[in-house]
Amino acid sequence: MTETMIHLTIDGEPLEVPAGTTVMTAAEKLGINIPRLCYHPDLSLEGACRVCIVQVEGFNHFITSCSQQVWEGMVVQTNSPQIRQARRDIVELLLDNHPKDCQTCDRDGNCELQRQAYRLGIRERLFEGKRKEFPTDESGKSVVRNPEKCILCGRCIRVCAEVQGVQNLSQHGRGFNTVVGPANLGPMDESACIQCGQCVAVCPTAAFLEKDHTERVWKALSGAIGKKHLVVHTAPAIRATIGECFGLPIGTPVTGQLVTALRRLGFDAIFDTNFSADLTIIEEGTEFLKRLNGAGPLPLLTSCSPGWINFLEKFYPEMIPLASTCKSPMQMMSTLIKTYYAERKGIDPKDIFVVAIMPCVAKKYEVDRPEHVLPDGEIATDAVLTTRELAWMIKSYGIDFVNLPEGEFDRPLGVSSGAGDIFGATGGVMEAALRTVAVKLSGEELGPLVFEDVRGIVGLKEATVTIAGKEVNVAVCDGLTHAKKALNYIKSGEKNYHIVELMACPGGCIMGGGQPYPPFSMNVLDPELAKLRAKALYDVDAHKQLRRSHENPAITKLYEEYIGEPNGELAHALLHTHYQARMPRGIR
Amino acid sequence: MSYSCHDTTDNWEDVKTKCVSALPEHILKYIEEHKGDEHPESNLIVILQMVQHHFGYLGQEQMHAVAQLAQIPLAKVTGVATFYHLFRLQPRGKHMINVCMGTACYVKGADKLGQRLMDELGIQFGETTKDGMFSLDVSRCLGTCGLAPVIMVDGQVYGPVTPSEVPLILEKYLKKPKVPA
Repeated sequence: MTETMIHLTIDGEPLEVPAGTTVMTAAEKLGINIPRLCYHPDLSLEGACRVCIVQVEGFNHFITSCSQQVWEGMVVQTNSPQIRQARRDIVELLLDNHPKDCQTCDRDGNCELQRQAYRLGIRERLFEGKRKEFPTDESGKSVVRNPEKCILCGRCIRVCAEVQGVQNLSQHGRGFNTVVGPANLGPMDESACIQCGQCVAVCPTAAFLEKDHTERVWKALSGAIGKKHLVVHTAPAIRATIGECFGLPIGTPVTGQLVTALRRLGFDAIFDTNFSADLTIIEEGTEFLKRLNGAGPLPLLTSCSPGWINFLEKFYPEMIPLASTCKSPMQMMSTLIKTYYAERKGIDPKDIFVVAIMPCVAKKYEVDRPEHVLPDGEIATDAVLTTRELAWMIKSYGIDFVNLPEGEFDRPLGVSSGAGDIFGATGGVMEAALRTVAVKLSGEELGPLVFEDVRGIVGLKEATVTIAGKEVNVAVCDGLTHAKKALNYIKSGEKNYHIVELMACPGGCIMGGGQPYPPFSMNVLDPELAKLRAKALYDVDAHKQLRRSHENPAITKLYEEYIGEPNGELAHALLHTHYQARMPRGIR
Repeated sequence: MSYSCHDTTDNWEDVKTKCVSALPEHILKYIEEHKGDEHPESNLIVILQMVQHHFGYLGQEQMHAVAQLAQIPLAKVTGVATFYHLFRLQPRGKHMINVCMGTACYVKGADKLGQRLMDELGIQFGETTKDGMFSLDVSRCLGTCGLAPVIMVDGQVYGPVTPSEVPLILEKYLKKPKVPA
């Protein structure tokens, strides 16, 4: 079938585009980038901000180019003194209803409203008058909502509904008093929010932010909370993305510089959450093999992503028995630091301060889960920094990140296999698990390393892997609308999965709610961005000597010296957890 | 073992029972009958109108019940409820006071009248006093411009009213003899 082509003229240049193309997209083919704010290529059309207006011949009013499809013979003008003035007026009106604190704002100069203001040449404020005044909701453990910075573009509402299927945000009130927030504009943690932080990621301003943990980390580093042994561990995905905050090309792995930067900030021990990713594979893999052999329900649902776990508890509580009981790698690691490591070092766990560097906003909520509290009443992780927060700290410390020498993680909790690295990309946990399960099931020493079917930014990936003559049906979901799809397949019996990897954020941790705002050339949620970041992790993995979690000698030693058996008594006490239905129940 | 025995962790029956007890029979029936509609969420306004008609306002418990039973996100329910002027989120007081803000009343100082009422009652427009005696709201033209500025209490129009007369009018309603039981 041939596509119907439409002929039109944009700024005097004729062009041909497929029917259904919007004026904005057509203009891009000519190298014309029409200014925009509420538009997001990976979300539905809103047409709210009116910044992308153009003049169309035959119409005496401007038309929004993001929402208008082309027609045959259309004549479009994207630029004229009148259009430029109108766009300037629109952005000026937004600015005049917006706090004037760009220099001290958490967006750190990477704000789309600010960028448009500069781009459109706004040099004065003509419409200053009454400005909206609303309280900031800082009650949430993960997400902070500041409606005064909101420009009502609706991206957060759309990402929450369309990508995550959570539908927790809505506009409340009307006109000048419109506020975006959860039901009744109540506290975030009492809403159906699953803390994924995608609203933070897509927000063009700072109306949504992660809960700040930098202050408590600065305090610990400066000795203000007493003499503490400061331990930090960094998630797999951080090494693939933090370079972006320092101007490095997207997808540049910076593991060595990251370690050096943390050492210079003053941490006493620097570990790799990859280690506990490997450990997760041993624990979860053992659990899976047991269930595969009839000792429990199938499929096994992975439990690494705290956003997903929140979703499970609020939206699909009846499926809790399917979830792996493994704590997330972060919580396994922090727990081991305050038990295993503390004992070996002879340090009182109360004198250890554990910081986790995470791509995730939901981790900030996870650390306070009462069921994760250690036997002595301590919480395992004392602070969680997002990739963005760590980058701010490194910058303000005056560290020239790009030119740092490469450092190495400390032992023993810094040793990891490549299987741990790929945890950060969607499909990574599954691939890591399959590498180990393949060996364990077949009894052979070596097995396949690369499982191409579970790689890629697809949303819901399915594959059947034959291991030792046994067919294992696997599914990988990233983004919770895809998780919904898989869960509904399981409920209806339509699909017969054995194991399902679920990550709350689309693309996995590399696209987590705490990851760097992408550079101007790219959009959050862009699959190309996810691919570049994922490639960095797969490259790190490919260059490692150790590729399978169970080959990690530090893991072997941990079991020999301390834990005993995988899924054993101590393993259950330290590395496993439980879940329960939570209110308010989400609407599927 | 395949997917089967997971009812133990489910809370749907509890949630459903609580929600069902929060709404009257006819509303439950309406929700149930329209669940299979092509766009079930398009019934939201009708359902909320039914709730308000029954209870006099939209309570938190009722909105939660509507959300769960009709499977419409609660944020959407409260978003709609706060968008439309006709929905009230608080119970209405025994006496309804409307301040006319039409053009004639406005130029004759209705804003000062409104302010005096808010001061006297300790509430804002759209709210109800703690004792449940008065609700205060704004009206556009009441069609009695010759008497501007006017206020209307339970359908009785007063005008022209000066701010200093406001306490006297309120007193009348507070002093009204109780109907013997």
